[in-house]
Amino acid sequence: MLTAIAAFAVLASLFGLLLGYSAIRFHVKGDPIADQIDAVLPQTQCGQCGYPGCRPYAEAVARDEAKINKCVPGGEAVVLTLADLLGKDPVPLESGEDKPKALAVIDEEECIGCTLCIQACPVDAILGAAKQMHTVIASECTGCALCVAPCPVECIHMIPIGEDPGSWKWPYPASVHHPLPQLGTA
Amino acid sequence: MQQLHASKTRQRLWRFHGGIHLPDEKELSTGRPVTGAPIPAVLTIPLRQHIGEPAKPLVRVGDRVLKGQRIAEPQGYVSATIHASSSGTVTAIEERPIPHPSGLAGICILIETDGLDEWAKLPMPLDNYEDLDPDVVRERIRWAGIVGMGGAAFPTSVKLNPGPHQPIRTLIVNGAECEPYISCDDMLMRERSGLVIRGASIVMHLLGARDCLIGIEDNKPEAIEAMCLAVAKSDIKDSACVCTIPTFYPSGGEKQLIRILTGKEVPTNGIPAQIGVLCQNVGTLAALAEAVLEGKPLISRYVTLSGRGIEKPQNLEVRIGTPIKDLIQAAGGLQGEGRRLVLGGPMMGFTLDSEQVPITKAANCVLALTPDEAPDPGPALACIRCGKCAEVCPANLLPQQMYWYARSKDLEKVQDYNLFDCIECGCCAQVCPSHIPLVQYYRYAKTESWAREQEKRAAGHARARHEAREARLIRLEEERKAKLRKKKEVLSKEPAAARAETGPKGTAVAQDPKKAAIEAAKKRVAAKKAALAEQGVGPKNTRDLTPSQQRQIDVAEKRRAAAETAATQAAGED
Amino acid sequence: MASVILSSPHGTRPNRVDRVMLQVILALIPGTVALIWYFGWGVAINMVLACLFAVVAEAAALKLRGRPVLPTLNDLSALVTALLFALAVPPTLPWWLTLVGIFFAILVVKQLYGGLGYNPFNPAMAGYVFLLISYPLAMTSWLPPQMLADHTLSFTDSLRLAFTGMPPEGLGWDAITMATPLDTMRTQLDQNRMIEEIRSSPLWGDFGGRGWEWVGNWFLLGGLFLLWRRVISWHIPVSMLLGLLLTAGFFWSLDPQTHPFPAFHMFSGGAILGAFFIATDPVTACTTRKGQLIFGASIGVLVFVIRTWGGYPDAIAFAVLLMNIAAPTIDYYTQPRVFGHGKGSR
Repeated sequence: MLTAIAAFAVLASLFGLLLGYSAIRFHVKGDPIADQIDAVLPQTQCGQCGYPGCRPYAEAVARDEAKINKCVPGGEAVVLTLADLLGKDPVPLESGEDKPKALAVIDEEECIGCTLCIQACPVDAILGAAKQMHTVIASECTGCALCVAPCPVECIHMIPIGEDPGSWKWPYPASVHHPLPQLGTA
Repeated sequence: MQQLHASKTRQRLWRFHGGIHLPDEKELSTGRPVTGAPIPAVLTIPLRQHIGEPAKPLVRVGDRVLKGQRIAEPQGYVSATIHASSSGTVTAIEERPIPHPSGLAGICILIETDGLDEWAKLPMPLDNYEDLDPDVVRERIRWAGIVGMGGAAFPTSVKLNPGPHQPIRTLIVNGAECEPYISCDDMLMRERSGLVIRGASIVMHLLGARDCLIGIEDNKPEAIEAMCLAVAKSDIKDSACVCTIPTFYPSGGEKQLIRILTGKEVPTNGIPAQIGVLCQNVGTLAALAEAVLEGKPLISRYVTLSGRGIEKPQNLEVRIGTPIKDLIQAAGGLQGEGRRLVLGGPMMGFTLDSEQVPITKAANCVLALTPDEAPDPGPALACIRCGKCAEVCPANLLPQQMYWYARSKDLEKVQDYNLFDCIECGCCAQVCPSHIPLVQYYRYAKTESWAREQEKRAAGHARARHEAREARLIRLEEERKAKLRKKKEVLSKEPAAARAETGPKGTAVAQDPKKAAIEAAKKRVAAKKAALAEQGVGPKNTRDLTPSQQRQIDVAEKRRAAAETAATQAAGED
Repeated sequence: MASVILSSPHGTRPNRVDRVMLQVILALIPGTVALIWYFGWGVAINMVLACLFAVVAEAAALKLRGRPVLPTLNDLSALVTALLFALAVPPTLPWWLTLVGIFFAILVVKQLYGGLGYNPFNPAMAGYVFLLISYPLAMTSWLPPQMLADHTLSFTDSLRLAFTGMPPEGLGWDAITMATPLDTMRTQLDQNRMIEEIRSSPLWGDFGGRGWEWVGNWFLLGGLFLLWRRVISWHIPVSMLLGLLLTAGFFWSLDPQTHPFPAFHMFSGGAILGAFFIATDPVTACTTRKGQLIFGASIGVLVFVIRTWGGYPDAIAFAVLLMNIAAPTIDYYTQPRVFGHGKGSR
């Protein structure tokens, strides 16, 4: 029996040493999972998930502290991708339906040039300076709506982007039987 | 691969995988000779009728334009010129419904015709094109706005410039017209074969091609006859050959026709020029010949009006920009109940909600299908994995697997099964016993994949900007701290009494700095406005506007109002 | 703006699931008639009961799942499952075993996985195997073919047998049942008899058992009808039968006295029925052409292996189920070359 105990002890210490060595030798810097999750997120930095930006949310999901269905701009696509990446079950979006993308537009009649919105924009999409007219650079705006709240005169509105034939997407075929488009009179 | 031999000429033919036989329904519309459609009251000419950037308008509202006059120029290399199809006055340049499966609108130039159909001054014919620099001929083709008229509408001057490292040996003329009902190419070949062959001759000269294969399906004997005669009388009679191919769908697809006539396969994600082949539709060649030899731009095309929902199915020569409503009237109007209006053929065309959409350069056919011809497909049943779709796929894909993954929205997996090799011919959906709308799943997967690609790029860009901003803020913070440190050093040498003076004032202001700042700013702006008003000067941007500026403002206001109502409606619905 | 987008193709689509299923049912008729002729009314009673139970089970499952009941029932797939199941089980099967088998096949193997098109296993065969393993005695009590039977059962006798499990007056269970030719061959080979000796009994016809081989022929006729109508393709039946024949032939050539002649295998048991009707079930078979050849050939080889060395006399069901597991993998590795990929030009 003593030999059995001795054998166990030797094996345990050997494997323990091996594991300890590997943990130090093969330690991975940073958090590759968080990087992968961050790469999936749409980078609008809007904070609608409850975290101050996309990177903090990615890190929270990597630590399993946050559910995968919180990203609003990402919509269903991000939920499905994260589910696939992390081996979790897809869950419906917390916020319900996908919201249409919108851009911020400053009403130039009302703007007082206070620069509060410029400080709020996470991607520096607002052009302007103190006491000068502010305007949103439409091509850089991600639609996060963080500029709407700070504006003291409420001159920023989120205008939904219309579709144009170039960006139009074929709809997912409905499963319910639908009627044909009918022509009335010639 | 098996080889066939054509009956008319001794040209070796190959087969492609899959494909189906369809009833061709061509006799419906080939019974009458082609007539010109009447000049419509208003021409609606979209700026985007081709692949590439939309054209840029050269005219303004109120201008009088003549037939064949340039009204929009190409933007960038892959773009095309647009001409007025008849003489008249430009009444608007605005969004109108365009022929597109979405039913959305695009910017169009609206011309109210004056009925005179007066030609503009046209450029000189280039009869001696063989002696000219090929770039001059290509420039004429570009000027004339020639685009692929088989449906793809790729700018021809770009296609005819494959570059020195992609020599073209064979020109393939696509007269196959494999989709049921459509017969415009058939009639063009019957009536204007000489023009088509002259166009082929010009293209062969431009490319330095050695031979020319003209592929025509065997259900068009008159066209084959006419084209053979035209070849025999032309200057390419030794290098051109009319090849009769079996009537089979989709033989008219560019990749499939190349395979049938040369046995070669266009590499995936590639173009035929990579294998030394170039394919042109007969309509494109005819338009090209008119442009080079007569100086006429592309302003009309043959369009088939067919289906048993049309009173008198026929082919018409139609001016670009004619509303479909006028064409239907010219063909005797609609008959019967519950018809489906389709632009294009029954296999690849899309439904139209409105008859007001105009004919574009790529529109080859308008169908009014009765419920017998196009019955309600009914609910889609479950896929029984019968494999018939894979049997008929001309691209030799596995439509079944693509369907399963597209249905579960796993777009990466769909692309693994070569989604972008799908030519959307519709053979798979046609044979599916469960009546699953397969082509719609693939179209959904393709557009969704492109959109996601776009979003990914935008996200990467946004991330870069965000990180740059964070870096900038940190840098500013560092600078501020450094300044503070310096200040502290300086202040620590000052006497303490000087600092005590600012104390009480500092606290009063600190109580409500934000509100006070806002009030102050508002007062400043109001004061400025009042001062200017006193001087009789209003805000610079709201007085002394030119009419066009006023118009722009009106358009912007309209758009803003519409967007706001849409936003409030959306908010109300949520 | 279109309220509903309808994609091309716009036209009539003549192909329909119920037409496919109807043609399969029509093709089964000759073999069924032969089976009833040789083995009596039990077969017909089984078929009627199986169809009834299948429709009830499917309707109940669809109702519970909230799916449209009548359109789905109208695709006739439940009937095809029921008929194939009824043709596989013995004519003496009690009614409640038919019920259990069909309910398992439809509810568990088909509907629990998602209904038609989603099941990985062939429902009829899975139901048959379920019964075979759970009730081996009842599932191996076959009747002798009519020309060899001492007592044939009338219609009322068969009804009584099916519903009460009681053989007719004065007859014992042993008097009316008989093992199948495959079973007989197997037991006698295990007893180390030689083939010649075994075949000298009046049980045997030209190839397989008397009566049994004719049933095989009539199913073959039905199978050829399906091939002609292009409901199935030749790949699976031909590769399966060839796989079976070639393997059997190989072993027969090694030792003709311990392995029966290859044709015996083809005309015994459910080989032909399996080749044309069961293995070709599109939902559970491979879909690529190369894959179908591998699938069919493997079933043929497995049938021979299980029949010769396995625990059960007939192996079609087991072979098919085993290959159903492998079908998706085979499909994945036998994808055809896409147009424009790889070696493209002439």
